[in-house]
Amino acid sequence: MDRIPILKFGSALLVTIQVDMHDRLATALEEDLTARIVSNNARGVLIDISALEVVDSFIGRMLDNIAAVSRILDADTVVVGMRPAVAITLVELGLSLTGVKTALNVERGMAMIHDRLAGSETDDADDED
Amino acid sequence: MAAQAGSDVASLVSRNETTILPEWVELQKQAGTLHTGRITEAELLSQSRNFLHLLHEALAQGGTDTASAAYEPAKAMLSELSRNRALQGFSPSETATFIFSLKRPLFNALNRDKTLSAEQISSTVWSLTVLLDELGLLTLEIFQKSREEVIVRQQREIAELSTPVVKLWEGILALPLIGTLDSQRTQVVMENLLQTIVDDEAEIAIIDITGVPTVDTLTAQHLLKTVAAARLMGADCLISGIRPQIAQTMVHLGVELNVISKASLADAFAVALRQTGRTIVKAKRVEGYTFADKKSGGQDA
Repeated sequence: MDRIPILKFGSALLVTIQVDMHDRLATALEEDLTARIVSNNARGVLIDISALEVVDSFIGRMLDNIAAVSRILDADTVVVGMRPAVAITLVELGLSLTGVKTALNVERGMAMIHDRLAGSETDDADDED
Repeated sequence: MAAQAGSDVASLVSRNETTILPEWVELQKQAGTLHTGRITEAELLSQSRNFLHLLHEALAQGGTDTASAAYEPAKAMLSELSRNRALQGFSPSETATFIFSLKRPLFNALNRDKTLSAEQISSTVWSLTVLLDELGLLTLEIFQKSREEVIVRQQREIAELSTPVVKLWEGILALPLIGTLDSQRTQVVMENLLQTIVDDEAEIAIIDITGVPTVDTLTAQHLLKTVAAARLMGADCLISGIRPQIAQTMVHLGVELNVISKASLADAFAVALRQTGRTIVKAKRVEGYTFADKKSGGQDA
């Protein structure tokens, strides 16, 4: 079965979804990612969906789930590169992914994760934002 | 019998074409077709002559059945005429007068005709009435259609005109909304905004609703959708330009926007600058150095 590769990037994990997501692939990604967050002690997860042309409610919920799980494991999830059409579809579906952080591209997403890491290293108490 | 009546009408028209035309044109003039000055008498005369000619041919070939192919040229001419009149700004009744005023000259011709029996006359009157009514309805239908085309075109133009996305600064966009937000316009606004966010790599979008006349629950929902979609793309949204009455209405209706909102676009812009790590600083003026000094200094040097 196909698996989506998870790349380690410093203390963050980088996932680039380049194929059409089907439900089984999504579930597998969710499990793999959870395992990798723990084993790599990752503090951030970056999911690049710029190649995805179709995001249905299942994938939307998966993104929400990943964000919730990684929050429990103390990692930030940033979804980057969503296409305008996909954003409109998700909003029309009533999925506004409120638990997920978003950024326009990988560069900005990485910056967001780094900001958070820098903030927590210098002052752990000043983590709320 | 219909075919018989058709040929009766056809022969009636062909025998009286020379008298029908001036009578008809005269009636149209009396109805005020020329008063508005939109078409000239010569145009009216040529339109009437052409149509009468086409009608005559159609009657000769297809009887009084307007669905037959023989009527195509006459119908095409009539459609063209009513479309033009719709675009020129004629009223529906002025346009329909073109056909309906043809009734009287035809009936007059029928009266003058002594060769027909009473039965023939009554059947001819009936088929003539049906024929002219059908043509009159066609005129109105085309008129209506042309007006609707105009309206649709204008709507599209308004939609395009009223949803510009403006770049205020590097990474900061403004979306000044003007006019009522319905679902169709929200769609256009959203698409425009999201595409511009991608193109300009914007971080913050300010939605200015100074030009939105009313904000009800539906409009608020549309706004929130736009905000949510922009957030999914990784851009923050601010809402500005909520007028006092609108703010009151929103509170009365229990509408909550749950986004940062500012009273004016300027305030929202200041927030946006701050969020992107920029500040506006007043240029420091060097002691005793004014514009006048600079000027004179320049001349001295």
